[in-house]
Amino acid sequence: MAEIKALKLAFDVPGANFDRAGEASAKLKRTLQQVGVPAEVIRRVAIGSYEGEINLIIHAGGGQLQAEIYPDHTRVIVSDQGPGIPDVKEAMQEGYSTASEEARAMGFGAGMGLPNMYNCADAFEIQSKVGWGTIITMDFKHQDR
Amino acid sequence: MTLLEVVQALDAEILYGQTLLDRELETCCGSDLMSDVLAFTKRNTLLCTGMTNIQVVRTADMTDLGGLVIVRGKRPPASFLEEAEAEKLPVLATKHTMFETCGILYACGLKGCSVKE
Ligand SMILES: Nc1ncnc2c1ncn2[C@@H]1O[C@H](COP(=O)(O)OP(=O)(O)O)[C@@H](O)[C@H]1O
Ligand SMILES: [Mg+2]
Repeated sequence: MAEIKALKLAFDVPGANFDRAGEASAKLKRTLQQVGVPAEVIRRVAIGSYEGEINLIIHAGGGQLQAEIYPDHTRVIVSDQGPGIPDVKEAMQEGYSTASEEARAMGFGAGMGLPNMYNCADAFEIQSKVGWGTIITMDFKHQDR
Repeated sequence: MTLLEVVQALDAEILYGQTLLDRELETCCGSDLMSDVLAFTKRNTLLCTGMTNIQVVRTADMTDLGGLVIVRGKRPPASFLEEAEAEKLPVLATKHTMFETCGILYACGLKGCSVKE
């Protein structure tokens, strides 16, 4: 079988650095624009990726944002070796948040991030274990909704 | 409603976007909560906010907002405007409060970003 080559991007997201929050997602967005992905799809990828990036900063002490751009879809992987999530089902509820005062002061921490990522992506998977970290995988078809 | 009409209705100052005043805005949202902006706005929305941190510009970029109105006479820092310029994101400043700003724009016919489609 012929191997389909993906365009791969990888970013280190430093923890507790609000000034730079969103830089990786912005670069991903520019790349998708250059590749010619539909704008509506790019918007959903950018929102999902940015929510993940913010979570790395406010909940995990930093982590990695990776993207694989295929001809027909884009995969975004948000991973960290942070504290992990004790109850993923609870964390997925709209409004559930353990965000700090500092994060709230910046306009985040409304407990909408994970549900929003789930809604934006065409496929969403989360693996998390306390003391091990969290990996979120989101797939986005290059097709308007 | 065009950006120019927004400027006139709010007696706003144009902090960036002098050449983008013919931009047509479809919907409007008033919020200081970037989480809500990320979850509930549509493309080309005008955001009225009292927040002036850099995350407002990043959020606007990710969600393809059409422009920003900073309410209550607040001033964003220079870095805010530099990044807005890089992203061609118009930024207006008005002396009106959030409530007044939203009321004026609503009366002008601008629609909200309803949760239901
Ligand atoms: N990468 C992560 N590491 C540890 N905990 C996380 C991570 N992402 C999310 N969480 C937990 O899940 C909760 C809900 O996340 P989210 O829906 O993004 O809301 P918010 O970020 O506004 O708190 C967070 O408050 C946090 O407790
Ligand atoms: Mg979040």
